[in-house]
Amino acid sequence: MTDIFTKSELDRRTLLRRAAAVGLLATPAVSMLSACVGGSDEGTQDQATGTKSADNPLGIDPKAGVEIVIFNGGLGTKYATDVDTPLFNKKWPEAKVTYSQTEEISTQIQPRINAGNPPDMINNSGSKLMDFGAIVKAGQAADLTDLFAAPSLDIAGKTVAETLVPGAVEQGTYDGKPFAVNYAYTVFGLWYNAALFKKNNWTPPATWAEFTALCDKIKAAGITPFGYAGANASYYMVRALLTSAGKIGTEQVLKDIDNLKEGAWTNDAVKQAAEAWAGIGKNYINKTFLGLRHTEVQLQQNQDKVAFYPCGSWLENEQAKDTPSGFEYAIAPYPSVTASDKLPATAINAAAGEIYFAAAKGKNPQGGKEYLRTMLSKEAALEFTKLTKSLTVVAGASDGVTISPGLTSANDAVAKAGKDVFMGYLFDTWYKKLDDESRAAANDLMFKDYDAAKFCERMEKASQAVAKDSAITKFTRS
Amino acid sequence: MRHGKYPFIIGFLVVPVALYVTFVVWAYIQAFYLSVYEWSGLGPVENFVGLGNFRKMWDDTLFWQSIKHNVFLLIFLPLITVVLALIFAFLLNVGGGHKGGVTRGVWGSKVYRIIFFFPQLLALAIVAVIFGRVFGPDKSGMINGLFPDSWSPWLFLADERYAMGCLLVVLVWQAVGFYVVLFSAGMGNIPTEVYEAAAIDGASRMTLFFRITIPLLWNTVQVAWVYLGIAAFDAFALVNIMTVDRGGPDGATSVLSLMIYRNAFEFSQAGYASALGVVLFFLTLTFAWVTLSATRRESVEA
Repeated sequence: MTDIFTKSELDRRTLLRRAAAVGLLATPAVSMLSACVGGSDEGTQDQATGTKSADNPLGIDPKAGVEIVIFNGGLGTKYATDVDTPLFNKKWPEAKVTYSQTEEISTQIQPRINAGNPPDMINNSGSKLMDFGAIVKAGQAADLTDLFAAPSLDIAGKTVAETLVPGAVEQGTYDGKPFAVNYAYTVFGLWYNAALFKKNNWTPPATWAEFTALCDKIKAAGITPFGYAGANASYYMVRALLTSAGKIGTEQVLKDIDNLKEGAWTNDAVKQAAEAWAGIGKNYINKTFLGLRHTEVQLQQNQDKVAFYPCGSWLENEQAKDTPSGFEYAIAPYPSVTASDKLPATAINAAAGEIYFAAAKGKNPQGGKEYLRTMLSKEAALEFTKLTKSLTVVAGASDGVTISPGLTSANDAVAKAGKDVFMGYLFDTWYKKLDDESRAAANDLMFKDYDAAKFCERMEKASQAVAKDSAITKFTRS
Repeated sequence: MRHGKYPFIIGFLVVPVALYVTFVVWAYIQAFYLSVYEWSGLGPVENFVGLGNFRKMWDDTLFWQSIKHNVFLLIFLPLITVVLALIFAFLLNVGGGHKGGVTRGVWGSKVYRIIFFFPQLLALAIVAVIFGRVFGPDKSGMINGLFPDSWSPWLFLADERYAMGCLLVVLVWQAVGFYVVLFSAGMGNIPTEVYEAAAIDGASRMTLFFRITIPLLWNTVQVAWVYLGIAAFDAFALVNIMTVDRGGPDGATSVLSLMIYRNAFEFSQAGYASALGVVLFFLTLTFAWVTLSATRRESVEA
């Protein structure tokens, strides 16, 4: 056995370099990267604290540094460096904010969390976000009850919680306690180019029959009617499908899915939604999209080669530098699937997203929370919206301010939906493994087999497997 | 020499051995330990489950799919790479025949040598990105771009029938150069008299290749085989960067190393990931052992 490693022909440096990449080292790598096994159960380090007062409701130490980590993705990081940190330092000039950004949150942060040395405030986002349910379960996220009860930084007479849109606190609540600030308010729907539609006299559909009829017209015009990127954005499709299911049978359908209730995925509402969407996949998708990434398909939409793209309101900002002038982003709610949908066609899925949390075992968790309180001020929220073309959970922060066409359209859609704005589902952050399965299943449904029953059964099976897996922390909502 | 032997040995060995024990042996021991726990990787280790993780693996269809893909690579990656590398190395070194008392490679072999080795210089991540473009499923893909517009494009990585094949092509492309150089070095050690004598006896290039080069190079080929086999257990970077939804479509390109990574760092199931790592460890070990015993033969004294 040993002689394979002592062959003189091999250049040893090359051997080592290559060996680092091979399977034999994958095993130790897991424990290396996870680091410090069992070390984090020992007492936490000394944490900075100060005296609580009206001016300092969270009781932070005004001189203690705060370390923050921001995910660099669709929203960029400018809002943190140019808005939040200066604002924070205006109030706390002696607290040094240490900032860093990353495109891979879990790779950078998870080892530090394990080692008991996390940053104080973390933006857990992106395709490599950490399983937040597991973080909560492991006691790594700070309880934010005091943050939400604290007075708002610049909205007089209200607590932080009272300044937020309905559902914002609930979205970050796990088993009754808030652990996350879901900061960005995202509106989901079918995005299209209003200018192109105007030119062709197309109107966004309200019923499924109108939807398919319009798709036929779009197809005849030589444009792909509907598409999403299968290679890394299949969760956009999961969102579309489940929003339809929610509209058919109310949000209860989605709550059952989150609660891993038996039969939640084989529910009629899910079946009907899957069937309707499978029809769209069969007739109106470009099959090559399965192998493309989201920016590639989004770019095709900017070139008017794709009419409808199912996405959240971050889309406009993400594409900002590739959007040609004359292209006007607009959003349409997903059309009703049946004539007896329980929610109206205008109903829309809008949710607080983008997790920010204070680390429970950091050096200065109260400082991390104070940073969050700064982010939740009206001033910071407005600047965030201007910079990222995304709404925040701070209610009405951008009222009366001229914003981009896409965001205006999203704002209108929410207004038209009125009380029929629903939060959607949480299983994708609670159970990453189920999320993974739903992506693969959605791709199969839309690009390959168009078999709604198969989709439902597959997801039902995966959901029950999660329910039975004792290694996965369970959450419920009502 | 006897004087001061121990300080000499200790001086040279302590540091590497300490590093090896800390970063490899100790990490392995931890992985074995963790594999019998249900551990999220985010807090203290708890919930001893014995062989529970392994039982879960047995029922996991993705696990078996991944094994299947690793076995596919295990068979074809070494086979194709070694055969190609042997042919190229032979052409570069001996293929030009025997002229004026010197054995030489085909015309321009120095240039070819550089070209063959070039892929080796690129980081695998870059190779993956480049080949992602080459295999683009629409007209923007290099291969599809070559065909007339009327043809419907090949989906390559987006088609579960071809996706693994595409990965294999990239792995072979990247690896061949290294083994050409390795085999060239090996061939350089074969005394030219042997070739010359054979050539004078009228041996053809085929005969030279099969009767002289291969037997005298056997040890090197054996090493290459084990080495490529171990690489076939990996393929993580390519799968992670190139494929649909990482390991897709629908698990069609999933491999064990990717499963380990995703379970540990995305699904927060570090215990399960460690169990998968333990399985990978034994598979790799078994493979190396089987290969070495199966290919053992009398070494030919040159």
